[in-house]
Amino acid sequence: MSHTASTHQEASSRMTGISASAQAEAESRRGGDLRERVLDALGHVYDPELDEPITQLRFVASCVVSPDGDVDIMLRLPTPQCAPNFAFLMGADSRRVVRQVEGVRNVVIRFEDHYTGDEINSALNEGAGFMGAFPGETEDDDLEALREIFTRKALIGRQGTICEGLIKQGVEPVGLVEMTVAELPDTPEAKRVLELREMLGIPADSSAPAFVSPNGEAVAPAQLERWLRGARLVRVSLEANGSICRGLLQGRHNLAAEPESA
Amino acid sequence: MYEKDGKQYFIVDSHIHLWDASPENWVKGAEAYAKGWIECFHAYQSLGPPETHWSIEKFMKYSIEDFEKDVFQDAGVDHGIFQSTYLKEWYATGFNTAAQNSQLVEKYPDKLIVNGRWDPRDGDAGLRELEADAEKYKLQGVKLYTAEWNDGSRGYTLADDTCKPFFAKCKELGIKNIHVHKGPTIWPLDKDAFDPKDVDIAATENPELNFIIEHVGLPRIEDFCFMATQEPNVYAGLSVVLGGLMYARPRFFAKVMGELLFWVGEDKMLFGSDYGIWEPKWQIDMFLDWDYPDESYSDYPRVNEDTRRKILGLNAAKLYGIKVPEGFDVAGAAAEDDAQLVEEPASA
Repeated sequence: MSHTASTHQEASSRMTGISASAQAEAESRRGGDLRERVLDALGHVYDPELDEPITQLRFVASCVVSPDGDVDIMLRLPTPQCAPNFAFLMGADSRRVVRQVEGVRNVVIRFEDHYTGDEINSALNEGAGFMGAFPGETEDDDLEALREIFTRKALIGRQGTICEGLIKQGVEPVGLVEMTVAELPDTPEAKRVLELREMLGIPADSSAPAFVSPNGEAVAPAQLERWLRGARLVRVSLEANGSICRGLLQGRHNLAAEPESA
Repeated sequence: MYEKDGKQYFIVDSHIHLWDASPENWVKGAEAYAKGWIECFHAYQSLGPPETHWSIEKFMKYSIEDFEKDVFQDAGVDHGIFQSTYLKEWYATGFNTAAQNSQLVEKYPDKLIVNGRWDPRDGDAGLRELEADAEKYKLQGVKLYTAEWNDGSRGYTLADDTCKPFFAKCKELGIKNIHVHKGPTIWPLDKDAFDPKDVDIAATENPELNFIIEHVGLPRIEDFCFMATQEPNVYAGLSVVLGGLMYARPRFFAKVMGELLFWVGEDKMLFGSDYGIWEPKWQIDMFLDWDYPDESYSDYPRVNEDTRRKILGLNAAKLYGIKVPEGFDVAGAAAEDDAQLVEEPASA
């Protein structure tokens, strides 16, 4: 497994919500039902605040694909007033990833019943950027900086989950700091951690440390206990937020309840 | 007093409202925002038990009789603290202003407290308004919305120099409780408006004031917790935490409470129902029965009856100088001395 390392600065200036490897995976799927491939691709779009795929969060309300490959996607959010910045990022990421799917011609992404839906929808489909949606009210760079903050949080939270799992299986906590990327378990959680590292420009080659601080440094043994507590807290915060989002969406659209997985 | 299983509990609900979001109060041209806002609030109510849900019509404007029944009669709230929210861009007479809230305070002067607001961008006029409000409403506290837009400005931070005269004025006027909304934000924000870093600075510079972080910084509980560990005068406002999670997601709720009890501590957590989003009765009742669901939470601080009494009333009573009836106080409520300077975790 090899990942391209780049400096932090480079990474943040061209950061998107989809890692290059996930993008490549989405593009590599050819043949079969186009709609299914579009939905698969959307599975690589994450809510930046929650670090969960929008498909899993039930944010994709509909996905219509014409025989000519025109794709019309309707996204829905838990409330009409969910933060437009994160909405925009999810919309832009959806558009980016779906346009790469082979056989797709035009892509239209729209938000259903959102108070800034008109602004977001037209800016998205004209490729105008977040600034284009709200001229004079925002800066695109700030939006990317916000995304980066949450990407680092997601990395910390997910690493915490992996560590807890390993400790439960009997790994001594002190052994965690010696682990390398190659020794990470083969789980979706670990795969996501590597994607996040890639997006942040944190080296993730097989000999790199398995667990890192938000700025990419290896966790020192003396910091470990504190780091684990902090990671658990970050995860609880993300999950609590996600819980509220799921509950609101469920209530708004009369969806079937999902079992609580905590 | 709330009574359960033959025991009585002294209750201070530190986060209540009496609002008017009815169509008659919508600003012309801003109807979509006014409607969207209240529908969003209404959606939050769906996270509580179904038998406590209201129709959207009632939710837009509930009556004083509803308030009396839900807050005093059914939930036994001894003292309620109104957190005023203006939103005059969308609601002609305001959503839930100090003036609206004070109607009821006049009727129940011994049971209700109203908090005011200020905005540093209002400058001297704002300071004068604060003085007038402090006198009119006997203010002990304010509620601040740092993410609020104002005349082309997209929010402010409590670390701004323009806030300094306001903090000084608060001290002069005896306003010692600063509630800060650090929770879900709705504007097309580019700024990281829910980042609580500014509270850290303001709390250090103003040790005489208490800073209560409403909604514990959701979605950034971790940033709030790391700060609260270091600042003795920072408290957790539990509105939305109880209402939004305790019934709908009990296992997550237990984790959030465990984290807050660990990082912030039971002496610095304040119950707030966020009425009328959620009625206080079910929240109080469920919280009195609440404990961790199983042994997988054994790493978190334990809860006992004192914990619940502090959170449901005694901590807020201490901050607001509310007299607790004899026999109902417990040691340690609203203690400042348990905060320790700790190294910020690597994940901060």
